[in-house]
Amino acid sequence: MMPTSLPTHPLARYLLHLADDQLVMGHRNSEWTGLGPILEEDIAFSSIAQDQVGHSLAFYEILHQRYGLDNPDQTAFNRPENQMLSSWLVEQPIGDYAFSLVRHWCYDQAVALRYESLSQIQDPALHALATKLRGEVKYHTFHAHTWMKSLLHGSEESRLRMLSALKEVWPLALGLFESWPGETDLMEEVGTTGQGWYPGEQKLQMQWQARALESMASWGVDVEASGLQRMEPVLGGRQGYHSEYLAPLLEEMTAVFRLDPQAEW
Amino acid sequence: MVNLEPTTPDTAQGLQGNIPQGLNPVLQRYWEVLDQVPDPEIPAISVVDLGIVTRMTVDEDGGVRVVLTPTFAGCPALRWMEKTVQEALLEAGAPSVDVQTTFENPWTSERISEVGREKIRNFGLAPPPRRRPGCAGPDLEALAQAACPRCGSQNTSMKSPFGPTLCRSLHYCFDCLEAFEQFKPL
Repeated sequence: MMPTSLPTHPLARYLLHLADDQLVMGHRNSEWTGLGPILEEDIAFSSIAQDQVGHSLAFYEILHQRYGLDNPDQTAFNRPENQMLSSWLVEQPIGDYAFSLVRHWCYDQAVALRYESLSQIQDPALHALATKLRGEVKYHTFHAHTWMKSLLHGSEESRLRMLSALKEVWPLALGLFESWPGETDLMEEVGTTGQGWYPGEQKLQMQWQARALESMASWGVDVEASGLQRMEPVLGGRQGYHSEYLAPLLEEMTAVFRLDPQAEW
Repeated sequence: MVNLEPTTPDTAQGLQGNIPQGLNPVLQRYWEVLDQVPDPEIPAISVVDLGIVTRMTVDEDGGVRVVLTPTFAGCPALRWMEKTVQEALLEAGAPSVDVQTTFENPWTSERISEVGREKIRNFGLAPPPRRRPGCAGPDLEALAQAACPRCGSQNTSMKSPFGPTLCRSLHYCFDCLEAFEQFKPL
């Protein structure tokens, strides 16, 4: 069944991508709570998860107030799988620590880019929010960068494990930039009003990839030999089609909510 | 000699708080009331000195409207603070209190008052480094060079940008040989 009650306004749909990605990523990252390889990393992933769920809440709140979506709790926890617009990258299980770190690095680089772009919007509330959240994400990218650098420069084993995780994550990360219904409308809208803050997914992907490959080259990765540039994206999330991993995640994440959907928390 | 005893904050030394100037007596009193409401994660500092109270107005019928803004968007203490602010004002005699949380005037660590910074230091945390002129957003290079809140040494190293709460990072002082935390710049 195709999604039926998704927002038709292009900006609203774009914000819903952002919110859903942050919500699902936050839940996945929270799975490291109590399991991190060292205490500091346990805390780091838990804090990042907390930030991400907070960011999703801020966007759900705007979607509720402005675009008539249900309240944030209902929107977050009471939608069927085919109305979730999150990417395949975020719904994948946490895997080993290399997978989670590389995903964290790829994902938060993309989030930083999106907030950077959204902070140029003229709308005062969204401008203020994106500027604020951008500052918080700086800590995520800083954390991810530190570990990517150390582990790619580390032992033979750490380097091989990071490279293998990169190859696994990369096609999924490209899927963050899947084109979506309403994308050209949003580009036209922001183009004609002279704001130009949204360049479209293709351009965002090019910017993201250029930054990512530059960092990797600086960490001694042979980008050409890695084959990353020839990989195809994993698509579907932005249209409401998901991997086998989202449904069980939603089940778990909404289990308490579903006991009493109208409960006051 | 390393001084491990916290000293009392010297707020009488002309340090600036965050209560706005030139308020009418009613608003002045309400701001003073909120200046006694502690931050739940660092109770030494009030929600006013922390800079999360961005606006307060009183309607014709005496109803109070307060606007709060979170330090970090995922701050779990927010609902608690909304409730505590509302209760404090009701107790102070406000006939009705409406508390809203928005990002319109987003929080940055520059919103912490001088009094607040001193109280954070006395609580045992390094206050956030001041933002360098022209630097937009948090200055992560400055984050790594926190001064130890115990001995003032600059000979420190950051262990992790994430600490026990969203607004704290973990550091180590090579002179005290002790770990400490910093209130993160944002």
